[in-house]
Amino acid sequence: MEKILQDRYVLIENVDMTFNTKKGSFQALKEISLNIREGEFISIIGHSGCGKSTVLNLIAGLLTPTAGHLFCAGREIAQPGPERAVVFQNHSLLPWLTCLENVYLAVERVFANTENKQQLTARSHAALELVGLSHAADKRPHEISGGMKQRVGIARALAMEPKVLLLDEPFGALDALTRAGLQDELMSIMKQSGCTAVMVTHDVDEAVLLSDRIVMMTNGPAATIGEILAVDLARPRKRLELVEDPAYTHLRSEVLKFLYERHAKKAA
Amino acid sequence: MSAVSIEKESIMQKRQDVEKTAAAHPVASVVTLSTTGTIASNPSKAGFAWAATSRRFFEWVLPPVIGLCIFTAIWAVVSARSPGLPGPLLTWHSAVELFKDPFYINNPNDMGIGWNILNSLKRVGLGFAMAAVVGIPAGFLIGRYAFMSNMAAPIISLLKPVSPLAWLPIGLMVFKAADPAAIWVIFITAVWPMIINTAVGVSKVPQDYLNVARVLNLSEWKVFSKILFPYVMPYMMTGVRLSIGTAWLVIVAAEMLTGGVGIGFWVWDEWNNLNVEHIIIAIFIVGIVGLLLEQALMLIARQFSYE
Repeated sequence: MEKILQDRYVLIENVDMTFNTKKGSFQALKEISLNIREGEFISIIGHSGCGKSTVLNLIAGLLTPTAGHLFCAGREIAQPGPERAVVFQNHSLLPWLTCLENVYLAVERVFANTENKQQLTARSHAALELVGLSHAADKRPHEISGGMKQRVGIARALAMEPKVLLLDEPFGALDALTRAGLQDELMSIMKQSGCTAVMVTHDVDEAVLLSDRIVMMTNGPAATIGEILAVDLARPRKRLELVEDPAYTHLRSEVLKFLYERHAKKAA
Repeated sequence: MSAVSIEKESIMQKRQDVEKTAAAHPVASVVTLSTTGTIASNPSKAGFAWAATSRRFFEWVLPPVIGLCIFTAIWAVVSARSPGLPGPLLTWHSAVELFKDPFYINNPNDMGIGWNILNSLKRVGLGFAMAAVVGIPAGFLIGRYAFMSNMAAPIISLLKPVSPLAWLPIGLMVFKAADPAAIWVIFITAVWPMIINTAVGVSKVPQDYLNVARVLNLSEWKVFSKILFPYVMPYMMTGVRLSIGTAWLVIVAAEMLTGGVGIGFWVWDEWNNLNVEHIIIAIFIVGIVGLLLEQALMLIARQFSYE
């Protein structure tokens, strides 16, 4: 039983998602099925509008599927919960709270029953330290850079000690150098925490660098999983060494072929 | 040689001018400080500082002064040609006389101008405070819950365009006294902008923030205190500012109808005495007090801005 739970830590079964819009109903996802092992890092990649973020929001519990079921650690996902933390694309920090207060808000909700204020504050500080932002604890979000904001977003998510970390294009809005730095940081954090992660991205290099498996989605409407690519590169992975690695180059070209040959999207 | 010394003198003159204006103008002093050291070697910089100061003077000080002068001139010309309308000078003397003793009390119907202003402010304050107590929570409920919004929409759209003075008879009937009726009218005036602006603010809270609330599984109280309230604050302050403006407009009219002690009643009383100077003074008082109220609220609003 324990073993089955580990192999199917997050379980997505025949999920359909249809949105009711003003112009009628729109089927975004069709028959999505996916098993995610405990501790695994999954990337979902696809062209924009293919419903990657919808999959993530379903796992987060922010959306309810029209058909099919989702489970996390053996329990059906019915609503958002702190065991599934989300790092939002646009960081979504509350601008009137300091970085520490933003993290504290999350910590308080999860641990307030068992810990006192001092311990909660210590926890929040520890989360900020993990992403290297102790010095910015008392700053407001508008006083720090985009990369730092995203790090606070990650700290807020990790501070809840989630079982699953959901990342919605976490580095999409950042410049290439900042992005690379944060990817390296995320890799070492994930190694420390050992939690399961699902990341939506449109960056092929990012997907190959970070993931254990890459889920490639077909184009919408009624998008589904096209292929799943296992990334069997040894960890810890070093960005510079990988560039020379033929296995890395091969994986990268596999994803590119999927995106630009088999499921090319005409420029809108 | 003499040409050089003349130029030097003129630079010194300019420099003194700049320093004079800088003392009066704290913003300009920054510019002056950074240039004084290099003035001798680079006279154009001193010229630049002087130009900046004078430009500020022409942009911000001169136009309002010219505007007020033209206004007073037109007033003087018009009053000179129409008997009965007092000119600026006459009004000024009358105002000086009036403000010599603003807080006298001869009898309940003859009190100093200060008392009249304070009484009007008290009514506005009370009506306004009650409107805030009712309007802001109502705005939150209407903005947060679609059901409440749909329920309140017809009532608000029906009653909002009604002149607040139309509610005065109802107030007089219910409270059987002039003073609470005037406060009631102010309440009605002030409550709509507060409800509407608060509700608009709540309905505009970005979905991202609400998603954060859902993912963090925040309690309804936390959602209110950490997300809704801080986000809505600027909208709320706009509502508050709009309502204090109109409340102050309406109090004059309401007091004309109810009588008692207050700036509106005072205007009517002076009209009955045919004391036109005092009516003109009252117009200025109402204008200035209204301006001060709004500026004060803007100052408070800035304290609550999180940007």
